Amino acid sequence: MKKNWPLWEVFVRSKNGLEHRHFGSLHAADADMALENARDVYTRRNEGVSIWVVESKDITASNPEHNGELFEPAQDKVYRHPTFYDLPDEVKYM
Amino acid sequence: MSEEQIKDLEEQFEARIARDEKIEPKDWMPEKYRKTHIRQMSQHAHSEVVGMLPEGNWITRAPSLRRKVALLAKIQDEAGHGLYLYSACETLGISRDELYDQLHSGKAKYSSIFNYPTITWADMGAIGWLVDGAAIINQVPLCNTSFGPYARAMVRVCKEESFHQRQGYEIMIKLMQGTPEQKEMAQDALNRWWWPSLMMLGPIDAESVHTEQSMKWKLKRKSNDELRQQFIDQTVPQAELIGLTIPDPDLKWNDEKGCYDFGAIDWDEFWQVVKGHGPCNKERMNARVGAWERGEWVRDAAVAYAEKKANKNINKAV
Repeated sequence: MKKNWPLWEVFVRSKNGLEHRHFGSLHAADADMALENARDVYTRRNEGVSIWVVESKDITASNPEHNGELFEPAQDKVYRHPTFYDLPDEVKYM
Repeated sequence: MSEEQIKDLEEQFEARIARDEKIEPKDWMPEKYRKTHIRQMSQHAHSEVVGMLPEGNWITRAPSLRRKVALLAKIQDEAGHGLYLYSACETLGISRDELYDQLHSGKAKYSSIFNYPTITWADMGAIGWLVDGAAIINQVPLCNTSFGPYARAMVRVCKEESFHQRQGYEIMIKLMQGTPEQKEMAQDALNRWWWPSLMMLGPIDAESVHTEQSMKWKLKRKSNDELRQQFIDQTVPQAELIGLTIPDPDLKWNDEKGCYDFGAIDWDEFWQVVKGHGPCNKERMNARVGAWERGEWVRDAAVAYAEKKANKNINKAV
């Protein structure tokens, strides 16, 4: 019976102090192999100091069709931004 | 969805691209957009993978350790580029297996330049310099294409590709500083790779069926003929600089137009090779399919091992 290697998402920290960022994906039989393959595929030129791999099926993603109800409510909440508040010009350090 | 709703979505979609917004895999997209991208991205991935074969021929016979590590690194990059592109392609809902099947069954195409043989070491120089040079010209505009995963993959590809061209040109420089035989070898490689490299930039505009749609979707920013002219204009001085002669008696600088005029391209040859009658089409496919089939037990063993390990962990937990 034929079984395909599952798909993994690869996240790389390019240097300490920065967050892991999504770099791409690859196929591997298990997590160890996914890490080894990620090293060869995504960090051939010192692009990283740390790698995360996670099986793609374990990621829950939002659906762009629901972007309206998810993200639009934030648009009319201008009072969450400092520029919403009026201050006299004389006020310093605020 | 009614036809009208789809038309509405399509208009919004085209407007997003016109505004330079990126399209991501889960966004709604016209079926034709999806299919065209699967076709182009997989063709591109297949070209990277098959492109390793003509060069693999020379790894064990590279003339020095310096040349050997460079060639190995270049070929490894090509494997990597194939992988970036396959995974970008899979975000459109096609599996890796289907993509491989399409390549192995001949349903999908790859760049026909890889169906020419690499008979001397100078061919490694000519491929890096000309074939990768033409590829870069094709690829740089794709870093801004509308489909996010493709654009991101291309940024990485382009960053890595420039060493490929330089290492090829350096091989040619060294040969041109060598013995008469070495010079002859370099010139012979240029003679054989020049025309196929020009063809690599695609059929002439009048015969290119996908150009108009591809321009709209930013899969293309310049037409094939424009790209070809750009390639010629930048490559001719590089050849002259090291004493090589472009094998085109009609090649002449046109002062008025500010670019080179060049001779007729043998498009019959191009279509013959595309249709499978090039010098190495069969050999390339046999090598590729053979490697895939011989690797099957390794892939199966890796899965069996992963399952065994996973079961062990479950038992331990119990």
